[in-house]
Amino acid sequence: MKISPLQLFIAFSQMALSGFGGVLPFAYRALVERRRWLSAEEFPKLLALSQVMPGPTICNLSVMFGYRSAGLSGAAAALGGMIALPIAIVLALGIGYQQFGDLPPVRRALAGMSAAVAGLIVATAVKMARAMPRRIAPICLLALAFAGVGVMRFPLLAVMVFVAPIGILLAWRERW
Amino acid sequence: MVNSQSADAPVWSIVGPMVAHFAMLSLMAIGGGVVMVAPEMQRYVVDAHHWISAEQFSAAYAIAQAAPGPNLLFVTLVGWQVAGWTGAAAATLAILVPPAALTIAMVRVSTNRAPGPLGRAVGKGLAPISVGLVFATGWILFRGGSGDWTAAAVALLAAFVVLRTKINPVWMIAVGAAAGVMGLV
Repeated sequence: MKISPLQLFIAFSQMALSGFGGVLPFAYRALVERRRWLSAEEFPKLLALSQVMPGPTICNLSVMFGYRSAGLSGAAAALGGMIALPIAIVLALGIGYQQFGDLPPVRRALAGMSAAVAGLIVATAVKMARAMPRRIAPICLLALAFAGVGVMRFPLLAVMVFVAPIGILLAWRERW
Repeated sequence: MVNSQSADAPVWSIVGPMVAHFAMLSLMAIGGGVVMVAPEMQRYVVDAHHWISAEQFSAAYAIAQAAPGPNLLFVTLVGWQVAGWTGAAAATLAILVPPAALTIAMVRVSTNRAPGPLGRAVGKGLAPISVGLVFATGWILFRGGSGDWTAAAVALLAAFVVLRTKINPVWMIAVGAAAGVMGLV
């Protein structure tokens, strides 16, 4: 289907701006249900590819869809729509934080927000962990990655060089 | 705190290494998105280089979460806190451009081929590591805050509510802000 870069920019801006706490549900709603640019079967395939590629999933999805629809300018338009207005909002909030971040109520509000966000991230991790096979090897890999990066604060690269080959080898040998 | 106005040449001695490091991290974020490289980013800008404080990093993350749009935009704020507008633009491009270029290259090369056995082993083998890194992000953001028992209670409440209900997670951030303003955290 031929979709113009302008249409892509507007559509991806709309999903980005409705995406409080995660854009993915809104991407599905917009691309599949509202605009019917993708079928319900096509969307998960596009999403899986976006997850396998390195980088932020929702941006990979924007780039892939934009590129398929309208080439390079389509990819730029979709990715630009995804980030342009949210960046403006985030920076405005950041400037507000710089101006007022030292005021006690603002500091306390942000401390509370940080604690809530930490909880939300742990919830996401729990959801992901639930989908994992309940076997010794993956649980040990999870624990090693957490302990190395989160508790011991080793550089990610050092941890990955150590843990990633073990994980790939065990998965290759079908050890779980 | 922020040296945004002193955007002279020396800024590049900070922005250069930061861009190189963030660009490398953008390519390591497989499966879990940018949330899984947040701990390494924090270690780099807070512990290793002391460009910003742990509190600033956690605030940047919380602000980006509370705003609409992709969560990766906390990287823009971190760049801004480190080196002003130059830092914001550089950090954002560093995290976006390498994966976007790779994605376009991939779309051009592959035409809906299913992944082979090695591809599947890579995906399966790296998945638990991604999950461990997401746990690490939660832990590090928590440690960046006050870290006392009331903060732990807010974090556990947010996690519990999101796991057990269909409530939009943004409401839990609002609850956290309210608890903070009332002096509970």
